[in-house]
Amino acid sequence: MEWEKIINHLKKNPWVLTSLIIILILILVATFAPLLSPYDPLEINLDSLKFSPSLSHLFGTDSKGRDILSRVVFGARYSLFIGFAVTFTSLTIGIILGAFAGYLRGKVDTVITVVIDLMLAFPSLLLAIGISVTLPPGIFSVFLALTLVGWAPFARLIRGVVLSLRELQFVDAAKAIGCSPLRILFLHILPNCLPLTIVVASLKIGSFILSESALSFLGLGVQPPLPTWGSMVSLNRTYLLSCPWMIIFPGLAIMVTVLVFNIIGDSLRDYLDPHLKL
Amino acid sequence: MFTYFLRRFLILCLTLLGITFVTFMLIKTLPGDPVQGLIGERAEQETVERIRKELGSDQPFVRQYRGYLKFIVTGDLGTSYYTNRKVVDDLKAKCLHTFELAFAAMLFASLSGILLGTLMAVTRGSILDRLGLLISAGGISLPVFWLGLTLMLIFAFLIPLLPPSGMGEGELIYLILPASTLGINSAAYIVRITRSSLLEVLSQPYITTARSKGLTKRKVVLKHALKNALLPIITLIGLDFGSYLNGSVLTETIFGWDGVGRYAVEGIMRRDYPVVMGTVLVGAAFFVFINFLVDLIYLYLDPRIRVRE
Repeated sequence: MEWEKIINHLKKNPWVLTSLIIILILILVATFAPLLSPYDPLEINLDSLKFSPSLSHLFGTDSKGRDILSRVVFGARYSLFIGFAVTFTSLTIGIILGAFAGYLRGKVDTVITVVIDLMLAFPSLLLAIGISVTLPPGIFSVFLALTLVGWAPFARLIRGVVLSLRELQFVDAAKAIGCSPLRILFLHILPNCLPLTIVVASLKIGSFILSESALSFLGLGVQPPLPTWGSMVSLNRTYLLSCPWMIIFPGLAIMVTVLVFNIIGDSLRDYLDPHLKL
Repeated sequence: MFTYFLRRFLILCLTLLGITFVTFMLIKTLPGDPVQGLIGERAEQETVERIRKELGSDQPFVRQYRGYLKFIVTGDLGTSYYTNRKVVDDLKAKCLHTFELAFAAMLFASLSGILLGTLMAVTRGSILDRLGLLISAGGISLPVFWLGLTLMLIFAFLIPLLPPSGMGEGELIYLILPASTLGINSAAYIVRITRSSLLEVLSQPYITTARSKGLTKRKVVLKHALKNALLPIITLIGLDFGSYLNGSVLTETIFGWDGVGRYAVEGIMRRDYPVVMGTVLVGAAFFVFINFLVDLIYLYLDPRIRVRE
């Protein structure tokens, strides 16, 4: 029954189905990057400097003769890894802290809320920049900076939902039959937050990927010569007019990836709860 | 009303204090000597000695933080490693440029967002509506820096209409590309919220009343519905100020706009820590302050809050 409903929903929204397929392709591309990329993404080749897109180099080559398609393919690894890893980690932290704050109330709540508000008081990219300059640049520093910034909105959301759920009758019922507070929180209250959590997580993956590309663009992410989409745009900026393909393709890769995750998130929201306002 | 203001003001002060604590912790985790991380390598010896006495790692933690606060309150954010100028002076000179850009971007985003969103809500389900939804989904997913470069390529090089970068003598034409780049993400959100907020208002009974009274659809939408739909839109515009600060870092770099964002990026490139930390601190402080103002405007706009308080 549930499956039929989902299939019907997909039939009515061809964009969603397309997005799902694109995400699947992206994951496969990232996983099998060494097999799929036609050239070595790091190999400097002085015989193929600044080639425009052609059959042998579909996306052209850059100023060091490296194949752009191969670099875009490998770049998918960093973007997807950051998108999934940061969402998973910051969501876990956000759920745990938000749930305890909302359920226990009192002093725990006050302390956690103050920290959340403080994190949200910073413009997110600015804080991520501040954190990543204190770390040696690389994928781990991007991961840490975005996680430290990203957990707070999740925690605030979960806290709010738990606050309202704990007043409902099924919680009283669970208490009456002698469930422990932890059991009530994790087995009775949190499962009810699940639909909301899924929606928010899927909407956030895209924004984390965007932030990663911005940090890479600023030189704070994975360091060249390793290929990330953001750093490819940044390093090839000087060739904007003479060789626009060096910039257009990595940028399109970012946009398509973020777009498909956003479309999935939007449609999940409509599917799970049309009245949800985010 | 007054107690509400007082409470908000108290929260504002506490948040500002909290922000300094976070930047203090960041400065302490910087590689190298935190004292130099704060005031710069080329500071005079006696200043270094003075700061070290107040902030040095041989002092207890609370004492160090107090020293840092004292340092900031006197209006000092340290000295750039690279230019040896005071970070405060640089920020003062550049923040007006950033405000000019942010204001233009906000204006662009609000006008285009509300206009498109209204048209979409009125023609719900039409091709325009679907196209608008697609465009706004794209606008949210665009990397700002890439959009900036693409617009520059199209409107400055391929069709040479606009200057590619720089600020000229302050002519408005230099503002067009950077402002639309900076505003596009925000515009995409405003389109969505305008559309959904207006659709909700349009389904209210008083709209049916107005229509059955014989008012034209245009009049009902513009005079009755839009006015009531405006509140969530204004909130969004105000609270989105952080995205302009985030975006200005990228936009100003691309368009050579001499503002705070580009200043921060130059600081990052040169590992000029006082510059980066000073910008983060001031940027966050501005953000908090703007949110405080939005709260007050909201209080003024929505009588329901006043009654509840």
